[in-house]
Amino acid sequence: MSSAEDPARPTPGTSGAAGPGPWGRDGGVRRVMGVETEFGISAPGEAQANPMLLSGRVVHAYASPSGSGGGRGTRSRRATRWDYADEAPLRDARGYEVDRARAHPSQLTDVPPDVAASQAASAGTALHVAEELEEAGLANTVLTNGARLYVDHAHPEYSGPEVTTPRDAVLWDLAGDEVAREAMRRIAASPGLGDVVLYKNNTDGKGASYGTHENYLMPRSTPFADIVRALVPFFVSRQVVTGAGRVGRGQTGDGSGFQLSQRADFFETEVGLETTLKRPLVNTRDEPHATADRWRRLHVIVGDANLCQVANLLKVGTTSLVLATVEAGEAPDLALENPVAAVRAVSHDPSLTHLLTLRTGERLTAVQLQWRHLEAVRAFVERRQGAAVDADTAEVLERWEQVLTDLEADPMRCARQLDWVAKLRLLEGFRTREDLSWDAARLALIDIQYADLRPERGLHARLVARGAVETLHDQAAVARAVVDPPEDTRAWFRGECVRRYGDEVAAASWDSVILDVAGRTSLQRVPMLEPLRGTRASTGALLDRCPTAADLVLALTGGRPAG
Amino acid sequence: MAPQEQRRHERREDEPDEVPAPAPTTTARTSAGDAEVDDLLDEIDDVLEANAETFVRSFVQKGGQ
Repeated sequence: MSSAEDPARPTPGTSGAAGPGPWGRDGGVRRVMGVETEFGISAPGEAQANPMLLSGRVVHAYASPSGSGGGRGTRSRRATRWDYADEAPLRDARGYEVDRARAHPSQLTDVPPDVAASQAASAGTALHVAEELEEAGLANTVLTNGARLYVDHAHPEYSGPEVTTPRDAVLWDLAGDEVAREAMRRIAASPGLGDVVLYKNNTDGKGASYGTHENYLMPRSTPFADIVRALVPFFVSRQVVTGAGRVGRGQTGDGSGFQLSQRADFFETEVGLETTLKRPLVNTRDEPHATADRWRRLHVIVGDANLCQVANLLKVGTTSLVLATVEAGEAPDLALENPVAAVRAVSHDPSLTHLLTLRTGERLTAVQLQWRHLEAVRAFVERRQGAAVDADTAEVLERWEQVLTDLEADPMRCARQLDWVAKLRLLEGFRTREDLSWDAARLALIDIQYADLRPERGLHARLVARGAVETLHDQAAVARAVVDPPEDTRAWFRGECVRRYGDEVAAASWDSVILDVAGRTSLQRVPMLEPLRGTRASTGALLDRCPTAADLVLALTGGRPAG
Repeated sequence: MAPQEQRRHERREDEPDEVPAPAPTTTARTSAGDAEVDDLLDEIDDVLEANAETFVRSFVQKGGQ
């Protein structure tokens, strides 16, 4: 192994693309972050189809060669496998590890799904299908843009590459939507394969929910209890900005009516390790995918999938800023009474009038609670940056203020920026025109079809095509992000290795690339434990000098002979 | 549109009192974009799946994270 030579080692002065670290402490919005999306999936012609196999069909369609040497965002003849070596899904941020034997099989994400299933001793269809997928190499691939596309439980998941700004988080999330569309197109064009439709939503309205997770890199030194204290009231209130809207109330949609969030009804506890059952508002999974004594990766599972780009920008931007105040020890104390019940109450109140109760006894609406957060963040940024606020931070602050102002005046003013408002505008229009009650099937249909990713069928896609929602990135930029990795994180090294060395990349993960090089008997594992190394600035020249993976290994091992 | 989709009652009797009524205070009709909304609805009519009832019932997902 060549681990003595971290390729991602920075040349002096280039450890970060944007100023001095540690991230989050420069009083701005920038930090290493990323968004994962589990897509809803259906096969119109195959009602009984196994969702794992359907999801495998999506990964395979995108990853496999299509005559022109691999998928648009892939380069190998085989799908790049995942390196599970550094995964630790049972490690809890509160300082202990869950016994494997007591964990739910869905928590064992550090081994291929077939192994997880057999460890849980649950033989049967799931085990069989998972084995079939893994053996065929269909369960996972790493894209040239640094993302991971794989089968997660019963859904295809796109885990975007690490980025450092909210704008880039939105861009590479949009790239994931485009990856999903391309996979659907390829399946549709394949004779003998039934069509698959993908949805960017988080519930079927019948009891199932699947996640859109945000990841934020934080210094390990920040006490986890401080993070929890600050995030709970923030998550309760941010739904007024980030909610994607939902028709129906309760996990199975028994109650009629509209609510702000797809996910709100699925959270049952304040803090916890689980992600598939007893879901917590703050998830404690402590799997940093980075140098563990320096970093933690905050894994946020409470959010909705956003199609509106402004809502998506605000989701990651405002969260990153609140975390910056926590890291500085300057977060306001806005602790709520009964936060789990409060999440639902806020989501179930599109009039935005519900009063939340702080532990101090003060009562205020979710929008007012968001104002409190904005005021605290703005004061914090001013203390750190003065009048010269960096552009990424300034954009988030300005848009945040505008959206809160508009929500207080008339929520419909946010129909071009926020998903729940855009969706509600369509629903109210239909309800009024056709005199429908909230349990009308056509309203539930609009809810589902809003998130259909097909350009011709998806209602949000139609809004974009009409210019009825605001966009932050044009089509050309999204097309580039489908293929190219962000340049200012280790995603650049990962994506470029896949692009340049294709078949010689045996496996990869967030913090490693494993090369299978001709003439070497063992696999060469390149560790990348620092997310801000492996940038274009620090490794571009090295890769340019190395036309093959063998050259790269030679360069990294200081020119030692093959072994 | 199926007759059973017609408006019946705004509130269910078993709904807890503290839950606000489903209808928001503002509607699409109050905003300046009425014409735009009408245009949108006309376009969406052409895009919506034909049999709403069946489609919604068959949209069933397995749980995820």
